[in-house]
This record gives sequence, structure tokens and C-alpha cells, in this order.
Amino acid sequence: MAFKRNIDRLPIIPADAKEQIVTCHFCIVGCGYHAYTWPVNKQGGTDPSENKFGVDLAVQQDPETPNWYAPSMYNIVKQDGKDVHIVIKPDPNCEVNSGLGSIRGARMAELSYSKARYTQQQRLTDPMVWRYGQMQPTSWDDALDLVARVTAAVIDDQGEDGLFVSAFDHGGAGGGYENTWGTGKLYFEAMKVKNIRIHNRPAYNSEVHATRDMGIGELNNCYEDAELADTIFAVGTNSLETQTNYFLNHWVPNLRGSSLTKKEEQLPGEAHAAGRIVIVDPRRTVTVNACEVEAGKDNVLHLAINSGTDLALFNALFTYIADQGWMSTDLIESSTTGFDAALAANRISLEEAASLTGLATADIIKAAEWIAQPKEGGARRRTMFAYEKGLIWGNDNYRTNAALAALALATGNIGQPGGGCVRMGGHQEGYVRPADGHVGRPAAYVDQLLIGGKGGVHHIWACDHYKTTLNAMEFKRVYKERTDKVKDAMSSVPYGDRDAMVAAIVAAIKDGGLFSVDVDIVPTKIGQASHVWLPAATSGEMHLTSMNGERRMRLTDKYMDAPGQALPDCIIAARIANNLERVFREAGNDSYADQFKGFDWQTEEDAFMDGYHLHAGGGEFVTYERLRAMGTNGFQEPATGFEDGKIVGTKRLYTDNKFGGPDGKAVFMETPWRGLQAEGKQAEKDKWPFLINNGRANHVWQSAYLDQEEELVTDRFPYPYIEMNPADMSELGIGEGDLVEIYNDNGSTQAMAWPTPSARAKETFMLFAYPTGVQGNVVSAGVNEFIIPNYKQTWGAIRKISSIPGNAKHLSFKSQEYPQA
Amino acid sequence: MASCDKLVDAGRRQFLRGAGFGVAGAAAAAIVPQQAAAAPGQARVNYPSNRLGNISDLTLNEAFDTSYPDDSAPGVLLKLGTPVEGGVGPDGDIVGFSTICPHKGFPMSFDANDRTLNCPGHYSRFDCEKGGQQVWGHATQNLPQYILRVADNGDIFAEGLDELLYGRLSNVL
Repeated sequence: MAFKRNIDRLPIIPADAKEQIVTCHFCIVGCGYHAYTWPVNKQGGTDPSENKFGVDLAVQQDPETPNWYAPSMYNIVKQDGKDVHIVIKPDPNCEVNSGLGSIRGARMAELSYSKARYTQQQRLTDPMVWRYGQMQPTSWDDALDLVARVTAAVIDDQGEDGLFVSAFDHGGAGGGYENTWGTGKLYFEAMKVKNIRIHNRPAYNSEVHATRDMGIGELNNCYEDAELADTIFAVGTNSLETQTNYFLNHWVPNLRGSSLTKKEEQLPGEAHAAGRIVIVDPRRTVTVNACEVEAGKDNVLHLAINSGTDLALFNALFTYIADQGWMSTDLIESSTTGFDAALAANRISLEEAASLTGLATADIIKAAEWIAQPKEGGARRRTMFAYEKGLIWGNDNYRTNAALAALALATGNIGQPGGGCVRMGGHQEGYVRPADGHVGRPAAYVDQLLIGGKGGVHHIWACDHYKTTLNAMEFKRVYKERTDKVKDAMSSVPYGDRDAMVAAIVAAIKDGGLFSVDVDIVPTKIGQASHVWLPAATSGEMHLTSMNGERRMRLTDKYMDAPGQALPDCIIAARIANNLERVFREAGNDSYADQFKGFDWQTEEDAFMDGYHLHAGGGEFVTYERLRAMGTNGFQEPATGFEDGKIVGTKRLYTDNKFGGPDGKAVFMETPWRGLQAEGKQAEKDKWPFLINNGRANHVWQSAYLDQEEELVTDRFPYPYIEMNPADMSELGIGEGDLVEIYNDNGSTQAMAWPTPSARAKETFMLFAYPTGVQGNVVSAGVNEFIIPNYKQTWGAIRKISSIPGNAKHLSFKSQEYPQA
Repeated sequence: MASCDKLVDAGRRQFLRGAGFGVAGAAAAAIVPQQAAAAPGQARVNYPSNRLGNISDLTLNEAFDTSYPDDSAPGVLLKLGTPVEGGVGPDGDIVGFSTICPHKGFPMSFDANDRTLNCPGHYSRFDCEKGGQQVWGHATQNLPQYILRVADNGDIFAEGLDELLYGRLSNVL
């Protein structure tokens, strides 16, 4: 049977419960929530005077009521050392989500650490070290001393290039302005570490280099633009599942036509209609289905391109729109450079593009018309361009990103209501760090260096390469081999003899070993190889600030205690710095030790004031107190002032057509089509029968680091799924739910087969980054010129390895699509 | 496609329509508070045993509208034709579910083509042959299913639920 909680009632939030502001710590959208807490021995009642809502709870509440919460929104946690009830429920007054909660965010309470209710008992509560052949709890002082002494020894021997770092650079959980500053100040200011990578890619680089190089930041519009657009042009973004409440609360009203009044009010003097949408995606997603349900099939154009051919399509659209005279020529003349050269270099015929992409020329023309054909009465059509991992992790990232931004720029859609050219985002953002120019461009390919035996010590911050990297099988093989050398060396000396211990570790490193320090909130897969685990606090266990996909910055209050001795990442970074300073000073290296000054923070607010407040653009206007007063709506960055008790923000960027390139102009690039760009991809495609496309599922957040210990998700997905065409399954003798092996020359992995009639023959889609079957195992090491991975274009073979396992027999494998008339 | 506001109205109409059913449920619900008052401190709510219909009322693969545990909690009885987990009756194929979506409370409709309940609000889908498992959707729980009993004369009684119903913090009000 499907998982059921058998909860038949919940404690009622009393009228005097404490209310704390929360931004969901999962995806980029950053939905507003409130956390209500009250003493464990108290409860509210159904009488309006006895509950927080002031309503009669003895009657059934209406659809969309704010006066209800699901069992997943409830828990018992510690607050200031005492047990309290907690309810974390979506805020109806937050402009982002208007009370909507996704299947991920609406489980925040249930995904919290609770001893009383046994939830998230996997959380790390104490520093752990490799001692007597296993990971054992220890004190912060002991763990930090070991980390500092080994790190210092490696720096003494190899210089700072011997210190490898994997670190988050985003917002929300496992990130945020406090923590990116804490780690950034340690590795980029106290030191100049260049062998550093980010959680989902093997180097320290932008996923959207090209748009930035054009002078156009990638988050340049506001969510309301999706309500105002005539057309949404969505590329490689399955927004219903990956930016759920942005889609539901801002795209759907436009597709339904219910934002027409808003269009007429804000944009008078031009024709308006319900929104249309073009979706570029080789796969038919639930987003396509939902758009058809809302807008009608006539207003949805799904361009199911051949995987990896986006660039050819965009260049064809650019060419066609230019040839029709639908470009914004005045803007191109006054505010950009390089247009003529780009048009000449990128020119491609409709016929050639159709051949490459597999589309009909008529559909390419239709897309061009929906993007840029002047509206009735002659007004410019307003088109919002949205893209995410289908482009970012797709073929020829840099050129493709530039070609899409060029379309938006040339059609006058940057900085205008109903426009924008934006990445949709994965995590929230929360980046403030000292300058990183020393990292270089292209940045070091960290995974390949580690595989090649480089580096002596590896600091990992909320990253799990074992689940979220490319060439993962080879990476794991070598990483285990190198870290095992150090484990064996550590087991050869008494733990209490610190000098002997450090000497043994250093000797093992010289023999090709690697010392691994993992800072995280849970034991990770890569952490299985580590020698030290440092327990971190997450959002809500510390105050945390981040911004969402429209640059909306909020503060999440600390509403509960961190588990055990866990600390905010920024404080852990500061304590590592303190210990490195001490160790270098004890060694007589005062001048180097002095570089680690300035880490005397006691709280995350200290890190915020040292980082964001002093270093972020507009940061001088922002404090915790001011942010708290702005509630779940916050303000949109950058801040430009503080007036009447409110932080003044910026709704859209580039509204004055002043861009980030030389002389304030935006730059067009030459981006001709050049086939499958990453090394080895074309040969892989030629050799193997199945496309192994990959991405996210609605149920699961990121690498399932919390979901892996939550029954709703693990019951639904004991294994990652792979969507397959039913005829392909028959041919291979595979039934629904059967475990299959996906394999190629890069490695192998497993998934359960989900028959999907809408899947094209020989084109599959596998859930990415799942603990019980890592898709990255079969992704090649091929990257683009700036070391951006190409996860999406992966080809392999498939074979059955087991009939449907017992823990999958109760699962539904019906269509994910909402039925249409 | 109807706007959100219209969907809310549709929801209300559904609830009003539901008032025509489940008379026994309403009566039982009225008694419950007295029982609760007489026995304070019970760990779980007392579910009424409500007659929802008779096996002879059901048609294969057609929704039989009902409500449980009271008339403001619409639901459905289904005869699926093949035995399923949680199914009752001589063929083990009779199941009952709440039809209020546990995500945002919109009324769901039964799709006989693939035996799912589907929410027009945000496209969530629940599999009636798999214990109300959410095939795809936004709810953080699978669909509340009725605990059913069939009497010798074919009368079908609901006697409990396995998840919290949307819109109420106690399954029995």
C-alpha cells in the first residue's frame, strides 16, 4: 500500500503562538512561509478565540484556506533547549507564492530534526573523526585541530594549490550570504585557493558565462513579467516541477488569461491577449501538459528538438526575425555592439535548422512569429525568455546561452515589462565573496586533477560529488583509493599521539593519498570516504539570507535549535581560520598566520555584517532588523536606499538600456553551430542506442539529502525512475518497475522503468542525482571550453537486471499527465 | 479553463451537492462530540460507522458519489473490477476515497480511463488502484482512503480514514 501516516488530527496553533518569517530553503523560487511555535504542553482550540487564525475550526474550511496545515507541515522541535510544537505553512500574503506550498517546501517541518518524533535522525550532531577504524564523535577543538594541522602541513609542502575545495556558491540551505561569505573569506581572502569547485560542476565557473560576457546579468526581470508577457519562450526548463509555484502563481494566470486586467492596467495603448508559450525541450514534460490544459493546445508550441540542437534553432530564429525586420533596430544601434558581425556569422537557413533540429520549418517560423511579429496595431511583442538546465547542462553551453540572450536583446525584451532573459534557477542565490579572479578562466578542472592524483587535502562544503558530478564512477573509484590510503595510515598510529597522527597522514598524502574533510548537515555519499565530518546547521537553525529568481532578498528567522553541536557554516569557516592562524603562529610563521585575522565572528549576523553589509552592491542599506521588517516579501536586489522604514529595491534591471558591457552597451557574439561540442559526445551518440536524458522530479529536492530519510519520497521512489517508450521496453523484455542497468563506456547505474507513451523511441529520461542510482555514473568527462559539464547529452544501452523489486510492487506507473478532454 | 476563483466556487458547489449524501454520517457526526466529552483524552478520533451504499448500487468503473465522515467531506466509492490492496467486497475490488485534493482542497474528478482521481487546480493525480498513491502532484500526502466493511447484505460501511482530510485539523469535526 501507498504510504499513509494514519494521522487523524493535529494540534491547533494557539492564538498566542510565536510567528517567525521563513523563506523555503529549497528551490530558487523561495516561497514565503511562516513558522509558528508554541510550548509542547499547550494547544489551541477550535473556537475563534483559541486559535491563531481567529476562525471556527470546528467546520470544514474552503479550498485554498490559510486555516489548515498538512501533517507534513507539523513537528516537535527544540527551541532554546525546550520542546515546542512547530507548524511551517505557506504565507498567503507572500507575492511569490500567494499561499501555495510545493510537495518539497510544504514538508519543511517534517524534514526538520526532531528527537521527539524521530525525523531526520540522520543529521550530524557532533564532529566526527576517523578513529580506531570508524567514524567517532569528538569535540570541535579536537576535530578542528586535526583539520588545521593537516591542512597547514599540506600548504607547507605543496602551497595553497595543494588545498582542494568543493563549496556551495548558492542561497537557501547549504548556502546563503552568511555562508558564502564565510567560506569565501577563508579561501579567497585569507588564502588564494584556485583548485575549487561548486556543488554541481567540476570547476569554479559561471553556468551562464555568456550572458554575463554580453553585459546582461542572468536574473534581470521580475516574476510579474511572466504575467505580462505576450509570449513565454521557455528553453530546457520543466518549470512545473522545478520552479513549481513560480509557474503556478505567475505563468498559469497569463496562460489562463486571468492576468489580462493587469496587462491592460500596466501596459495601456497596445493589444493584449492571454499568453502563449513556446517550449523547447526534446521531452514532453508535465509542463507542456499543464500549459495545454491552461492555454489550449493552439496556444502552446512544443518544439521537441533533437537533443542538443538548441543553438541551431536559436540562430535560425535570429536570422529569420532579422530578415523579417522585426528587430528593435533603434535599441541595437544605440545600446549594443557586434550585431552585424553576429548576424553574418550565425546566419543559418530554415531548412538547415529544420534538418538539424528535426523540427518542421513551419514550426520554426511560427515560433519566430510568436516571439517577435509586431502585434495588432504595430506594438512590439513582449516575450519573456526563460532557460535552465536543458540549456545550461546542454550541448555547447556558452554559445547557446549567448544565442538565446541575443534573441532577447535584439527583440528589445531586456529590461522591459513582460520581457527578460532569465535563467529559471535551481537553488536560490546568495553569493557574496572576495574577488575570485585568481581562479582563472578556464578554471581548474578539479575532478580531473583529483583523479590525476593532485592535491593533499580536500575541504568539502555541502557537496556530494558521488551523486552530483559527471564521470562519477571513475571519480568515486579513485577518490576511495586515495582516501583509503589515509585511513589505513591513521589506523596505524594511536589517535592520541597528534604529532604521530599528522606525520602518518602527511606520509600517506605523499604516497598519493588524500585527506578529506566533509562539512555537511547529513552523512553524505562522498563523506563515506572522509576522515573528518563537521556538523553544520541549516536554514531555520540559524538566521539565513538569500535571494530568489527575481532577486528578492529575505531573512529566514532562526526558529529552532541546530542538532547537537552543529554550527552555521560561516562559523565553522571562522573556526577553521582561527585554528589555522594558531597552528601557523605556533610554527613561527607569523606573517602567514596574520592572513587569518578577521574571523572573530560569534554569530551568523556578524558574518552577514562583515560580508553582505560591507561588500554587496547596496549592502549598506541592509541589516537583519530591516530585513525582518520587510517580512516574507523582502525587497528586490540591489537595494538603492532606505526610506520610510523600508529598504528600496529594484524591480527590473536594465530598464534604461544601460548594460554591463564596455561603455554601458550589450555585446552580441558570434555563435555559429558546431555540432556536439564536448569531446567524445558525437562518438558516444554514434555508438550507443539510447539517449539518457536526465533531470528532476517534483517530489524530490536536489540530491534527496533530506528526502532519502523521509517516507513519502522513499516510498514513492525507492529507486530513481527512467521514463521509457513502451515499445522499447517490450523489445528489451522490460516490464513496469523492473530494475534496469544503464551502461556505456563511462560507467553504469540503475533505475526502475516507467513506461511513458509520450517518450520518443530510443529517448529516455532518468531522475538525476538520486542516492540509489546515480545518473552521473554514465556521463562522460567531456566539458565545454569553460569546464561546464554536459550531463544532458548522454547515450548508453539499457538491459534488465531484476524483475520489479518488492519495495516497488505497490507503486503507480501511470501517466504523469493530467487528462485532457 | 476556469479561473482559480471559479474553481473555488466549483469546490463550494461540490460541497453543497455533497450535502445530499451521507445522512447517516451527519447523524453520527452530531453524536461524536457527546461521546468525546464523555471520554476525554482518547488518543484518536472516534470514527463513525456510516452506511455509504450497497454493493448493488455500484457500477463497474463508475464513480459513486458519497461523503465521509460527514456531509462536508465529499468522497467516492469505486468498483474497480480487479482486486486491489485495501479493496473489500466479494471481488476485493471496492475502494473509497476522499475527493478533496490534499494539496489545496479542490474537488477532484474520477477518470475511468486509467482509474485515477485528478485535481483541476494544479494537476495532481492519485491512483485509485494503488491505495490513492499520488502518481504526480503537489500534495505532501497520498489520498485519504476509507477503511471499509461490507455487511452480509452487501451494505458498505466506512469506518475510518488513513490520512488527514484537507481543510480540517480533525478528521471528525
